[in-house]
Amino acid sequence: MTEHRVSYTLDSTLETVDSAEQTASRIAAEAGFDDDEVMRIAMAVREAAVNAVLHGNAYDPGKKVKLDIERTNYDLVITICDQGKGLDLNKIPDPLAPENLLKTSGRGIFLIRSFMDEVHIRPSHTGTEIKLVKHVHGTAAGGKEASQ
Amino acid sequence: MSMKTSTRQIDGVAIVDCSGRITLGEGSITLRDTVRELLSKGNKKILLNLGDVNYIDSSGIGELVSAFTTVRNQGGDLKLLNLTKKVHDLLQITKLYTVFDVKDDEATAVKAFGK
Repeated sequence: MTEHRVSYTLDSTLETVDSAEQTASRIAAEAGFDDDEVMRIAMAVREAAVNAVLHGNAYDPGKKVKLDIERTNYDLVITICDQGKGLDLNKIPDPLAPENLLKTSGRGIFLIRSFMDEVHIRPSHTGTEIKLVKHVHGTAAGGKEASQ
Repeated sequence: MSMKTSTRQIDGVAIVDCSGRITLGEGSITLRDTVRELLSKGNKKILLNLGDVNYIDSSGIGELVSAFTTVRNQGGDLKLLNLTKKVHDLLQITKLYTVFDVKDDEATAVKAFGK
């Protein structure tokens, strides 16, 4: 049963990244997550918002970022959509591989997967949707991904 | 809160006291500019005191890596001091904790640069 849902349509700016992070942090705290979990959720949302603004929409003022946050009895579900060309999941490097350790980028998706219970990425030619799920009672043991 | 830095010198080591957030945009740029300025003035021993840095995102991590490799490529050395638990945990899960030389005592860190 859905208890609460909010939706925002945001510009492709750095302010959107901060705003998405702060909104997620507030709602996660209201949902009763402890400080560490709130930080992890907020950071995952920040990284997803960075991807949407920077890599998806490439700061294009004509493109928007959609942020949906849904709180149910069981989960906090955050969905972020951009209007870019679509993320190529095959081109995401493993940031833990020795040859990538000293790279200056490429850790965003890894951090998102590390901090959330479920991550669903749906790329398409009209943009990328990333859905982040944190179970309210922490029943999942680690990041789990389903990509479609 | 954006990132602020102030620099002091002890025994030939430039100690950069950082505070705030190292994130995409202003925070990362501040760190980059600070390290570049130190290198341009011939400072090749750089100790980043992150004791008051309460938040780093993936861009900030990338900026730390960039600073580290830039200093190393110029024959210098960059170490990290006083990591908060959040930053420590981030460096652990990204496997960078063993890449950086991390210290928790300033005097020991300064000595570790050698002469």
